[in-house]
Amino acid sequence: MDPGVDPDQGLTRRRRPRAVVRVSGFLHRHPLVRLLGLLSAPMLWLVVAYLGSLALMFAAALWSVDSFTGNLIRVPTLDNLRTLITQDVYRTVALRSLAVAASVTVVDAMIALPMAFYLAKVASPGTQRLLVAAVLTPLWASYLVKAYAWRTMLANDGVLSWALRPFGTSGPDFGVVTTGITLGYLWLPFMILPIFAGLQRLPDSLLEASADLGASAGWTFRSVVLPLVFPSIVAGSIFTFSLSLGDYIAVKIVGGSTQLFANIIYDSIAGGTNPPFAAAAALFPVLAVLLYLALIRRTGALENL
Amino acid sequence: MPDAAATPHTEPDTWWAVRLAGLRKTFGTGAGAVHAVDGVDLDIADGEFFSMLGPSGSGKTTVLRMIAGFELPTAGTVRLGGADVTALAPFQRDVNTVFQDYALFPHMSVLDNVGYGLRVKGVRRAERRVRAGEALEAVRLPGYGDRKPSQLSGGQRQRVALARALVNRPRVLLLDEPLGALDLKLREQMQIELKSIQRDVGITFVFVTHDQEEALTMSDRVAVFHQGRVEQVGPPAQVYERPRTAFVAGFVGTSNLLHPDAARAVLGRDGTFSIRPEKLRVVEAGAALAGGEVAADGVVREVVYAGANTRLVVALDAGDELVAVQQNRRESAADVAALRGQRVRLAWRAEHAFELTHAPTPENTDPQAPTSGSGSEPGPSGATHASPR
Repeated sequence: MDPGVDPDQGLTRRRRPRAVVRVSGFLHRHPLVRLLGLLSAPMLWLVVAYLGSLALMFAAALWSVDSFTGNLIRVPTLDNLRTLITQDVYRTVALRSLAVAASVTVVDAMIALPMAFYLAKVASPGTQRLLVAAVLTPLWASYLVKAYAWRTMLANDGVLSWALRPFGTSGPDFGVVTTGITLGYLWLPFMILPIFAGLQRLPDSLLEASADLGASAGWTFRSVVLPLVFPSIVAGSIFTFSLSLGDYIAVKIVGGSTQLFANIIYDSIAGGTNPPFAAAAALFPVLAVLLYLALIRRTGALENL
Repeated sequence: MPDAAATPHTEPDTWWAVRLAGLRKTFGTGAGAVHAVDGVDLDIADGEFFSMLGPSGSGKTTVLRMIAGFELPTAGTVRLGGADVTALAPFQRDVNTVFQDYALFPHMSVLDNVGYGLRVKGVRRAERRVRAGEALEAVRLPGYGDRKPSQLSGGQRQRVALARALVNRPRVLLLDEPLGALDLKLREQMQIELKSIQRDVGITFVFVTHDQEEALTMSDRVAVFHQGRVEQVGPPAQVYERPRTAFVAGFVGTSNLLHPDAARAVLGRDGTFSIRPEKLRVVEAGAALAGGEVAADGVVREVVYAGANTRLVVALDAGDELVAVQQNRRESAADVAALRGQRVRLAWRAEHAFELTHAPTPENTDPQAPTSGSGSEPGPSGATHASPR
């Protein structure tokens, strides 16, 4: 080609380096290599960092600790699991944790539904932006700050008790109820946002059609809104349920002497006393969440996420 | 069908399916307020197929939504079968709506969709199934009950929406541009079917559309909306043949206007006159006229060959432009193209040019052509470009 003449009169972009062109061409001809290049980093993360550590935990659950020296004994034994299943205290704490996680989920859903409905269907665009920001803002605040804020409000000498004193009653004080309230507050945005998104996808005309066919607001909610946003509620519940089940900090701050299952895991590790027992105990929340997902899957809600 | 203009309003209130009086709807407040509906009075008779025709933003859909109860009027009253329902919620009114997007419940089967209104009313399951099945038969969709709306085509969904509304036997059925989402062939087919279904069930239909042909072919009466007001109400032939205003002349069919100057020269009369294109006979310049005819000479400025017919745009010596539509009985495309630039004479029977009661103003001369506004151009050519679809 004559170097002095620009054959396309500057219409094409600057030529790319030869090596880049060659690599691009090679990748274009070999889709499998392209796919590997694209996915190797995330796959590495998923397999090694995530599944690998999970497998290690399962293995560690079968180990034990020499009670005299404190050294790990890497010989498989079912002792840890046997202890967890047979001792009443663990069963009680497990059931309590499940109850807290389930209550937090139900209460959050009940608070989030009307809020999300107002956000998606009633509020003007300006109000909607403002309120969505208000829902999101607490997510950027520190977990500890929020938990301690609730401690101030719900403590025996706290704001709520002070406000209730003239009525001859008092706040819940530290305990399992206060823990539930705090967790419900912490995870509420995770419930509101999916339901809000689901309601935004719901055409207004469906609500109008239902009213037009004679249905009251309550009827429309039960037979049109609820079935159509159910997948969104389920999506939110996955967050609230699993986050509540894994939490051990809030209960330390506002739970008083209450123990949740995650505390058992934490104490076994943080005390440095019995990591294999912690690993065995950690199987419970993993299994509970897997069971929960399996149950949800039977409803067909996961396909609609 | 009763003609509101001809029928004295001495009938008892219950005789009318819908009576709208002084209806207004304003969105927003202060300087940004939009008067979507600006004083509408309409009486719709029982069993009538009534169309509300107008361009988008003319207020026709807002009027429909106020009849249904989705919007509360800023002022005025809505009466259904004699009862004032202005303040009632949608579910308290004996009307049903067919929505533009059909609004079928995606999580319910077709049969459950159709039976929804019956279920709300507490009709038992067995009877519900029978009546929903009958309604599906009435819209020529039997045997589709078990499908989900997502498994249906656009035309089928439209029929399900119709069946869902009709099964409740409402006093009035409201249809909000229900054929807008369908393709042309299906739309023409559904126009005929809708009309025959309406005749079968005998329910009052209030039909909103921006398609003048749709309104003309299906309706007993048409109300033409413009800027939140009703410009004219009457049977299709009357609205088409005798438009009262320049807007109606332009929106319902092609508007051929003779403005005062040209009218004085051609007809020897003052005022603005409208003539429909198909009423014009194109003959050689200077040709003799039949009895009762008047004529204007001019030059063919544009020839548009459209298969079945040809549209000629003729610039009159008197100053205006008129569109004439000729059937292509013998002519080929080449023949008609040769007419361009030739001098011709347009002839029509005197009674086919009729005076508009409201003289055109720049804002309502023509709804479609961007060149509207006779003041901005030497010839009011804008009006003649408004084409029927």
